Amino acid sequence: MSARLRGYALFAGVAALALVVAPLVLPAFRLDELAKYLCFAIAALGIGLAWGQGGMLTLGQGVFFGLGGYAMAMYLKLHDADGDLPDFMVWSGVEKLPALWKPFESPVVAVVAVVAVPVAVATLLGVLVFRQRVRGAYFAILTQALAAAFGILIVGQQALTGGTNGLTNFYDFFGQDPEADSTQRTMYYVTAVVLGVLYLAARQLVKSRFGRLLVAVRDGEDRVRFLGYNPATVKTVTFAVSAGMAGIAGALFVPVVGIISPSLLDVVPSLELVVAVAVGGRYTLAGAILGAVAMNYAKTSFSEQWAGGWLYLEGALFIVVMTLAPKGAIGLYEQARDALARRRAPAAPAVPVGKEAAA
Amino acid sequence: MSGTEKDAALLEIRGLEVVFDGFRALGGVDLTVERGELRFLIGPNGAGKTTLIDVVTGLTRPAAGSVRFAGTDVAGMREHRIVRLGIGRTFQTSVVFEELSVVENLDLAAGFRRPLPTLLRQRRGVSDTVAAALDTIGLGALADRPAGVLSHGQRQWLEIGMLVAQRPRLLLLDEPVAGMSRDERDRTGELLTEIARDHTVVVVEHDMEFLRRYASQVTVLHEGRVLVEGDVAAVQADPRVQEVYLGRTKKEAA
Repeated sequence: MSARLRGYALFAGVAALALVVAPLVLPAFRLDELAKYLCFAIAALGIGLAWGQGGMLTLGQGVFFGLGGYAMAMYLKLHDADGDLPDFMVWSGVEKLPALWKPFESPVVAVVAVVAVPVAVATLLGVLVFRQRVRGAYFAILTQALAAAFGILIVGQQALTGGTNGLTNFYDFFGQDPEADSTQRTMYYVTAVVLGVLYLAARQLVKSRFGRLLVAVRDGEDRVRFLGYNPATVKTVTFAVSAGMAGIAGALFVPVVGIISPSLLDVVPSLELVVAVAVGGRYTLAGAILGAVAMNYAKTSFSEQWAGGWLYLEGALFIVVMTLAPKGAIGLYEQARDALARRRAPAAPAVPVGKEAAA
Repeated sequence: MSGTEKDAALLEIRGLEVVFDGFRALGGVDLTVERGELRFLIGPNGAGKTTLIDVVTGLTRPAAGSVRFAGTDVAGMREHRIVRLGIGRTFQTSVVFEELSVVENLDLAAGFRRPLPTLLRQRRGVSDTVAAALDTIGLGALADRPAGVLSHGQRQWLEIGMLVAQRPRLLLLDEPVAGMSRDERDRTGELLTEIARDHTVVVVEHDMEFLRRYASQVTVLHEGRVLVEGDVAAVQADPRVQEVYLGRTKKEAA
């Protein structure tokens, strides 16, 4: 009970820090950066669910991030164009709005598509792949290949997608100037609240019977089958939820940062998300969020000092974490806490604390 | 569809053949298990005992023959569907979910008929089925500990408890006492006797002493075929069985 209370207190503390202290203390520019990290944290939360809880190492979350981002950006482009063609299409010599773009004239369709398209793609993929019992490294490679293919597809379809440049230069975000400080501040609040709500929902999922079943699938998929459950269904649902989160992350990213492009959703950013989750601690949802914020903060700070060096540091960190501390920063913290507790009460038998998967 | 639920035996295996890469693991097995039976399945290594229950539970597909469970042909069905029909099994190497507590393991097993949306709710307390299973296997004191801390014997009991919590109509236990200490064997034997009172159970076993103490009906497999079937005394006295399997043990015992 006290652990539960402590969990609520911690959540309230972090929420206060994010919603009250950060906007007061940080200059607008830094607050905007933080909003960007929180977008990545939303995608990381989905990875924590799929990989940490469900054992599905998904190396292609960028695809879903991108689908959500492009859905939002396509609407904004059409809104800015106000009945004409978006600027980049004019430059590419396109004369008629492509059919793919037509539905995105409606903001409602766009917002629904932000979640619905990634979920639909992930569900389709899950049904095809998990039913055939593709898992482990094969699943990882498959998702990675998907990210590579998606990036290439977008670059190749210059006239349809804006190619390498992606979609950028938005002038109107639901009646606001996306560059204005007030809009940026609002977007920060929106992103933080969305992250908080999704975290609570994910945590509820982990603690539910479904969550227990998911962990069971991760640790013994075949055994679960002999309990009368279909693991493919459990995995597909979870994968779809994580894809939906990545889609929301991508959609928020567009107004926060002002661009969506292939380099933000292909192999490298997809991997960076996974590395961040591993460093933070993939077995807890909080670890995934912590990792995403910390690693992206480190990336920004480090790149300001020594551009180009970050990738090496990130790779090294990943190797160190995977070999020496597979439970990441949260795992190290738990180890230290248990060791301290044992030292304080040496008489008590060394009983490992019943680990709360969703701490 | 031949035979309705009522007049068919619970498990009817006819002419079952399984071939692995040219190796004939089962070469035409006939086996009938009636409701309420406790049947032991024995045989030397490679006789096809585990292969037989693998086929019944959908893990292996037969090359020929039929497996009827309460009148339904289950050969080639997917594993979880067979479980839903009411066949449960354990494995030689027990697999429990180490990260989950003992109660959570049982609750997961007991809840397999819940529709997916209701799984989104959190477990509150312990259901009657789970409590009863916990009581049967005698792990009440460890209910909230993660299953990872259990000993080998306790894991096997937990697995059996998970089976019982599913209320199956047929239980298949694959070498439940392998690797157990004498005390653990005795406890497993008692557990088995208790469960067999209101369940149909098929036990694959290697351990002859365990067999003598707890078995009544025995089927002996040898090289993928049924060699002999009968009660323990008759099977032990059969010269063919002595030749392939019990010979040494008998001499030692004499």
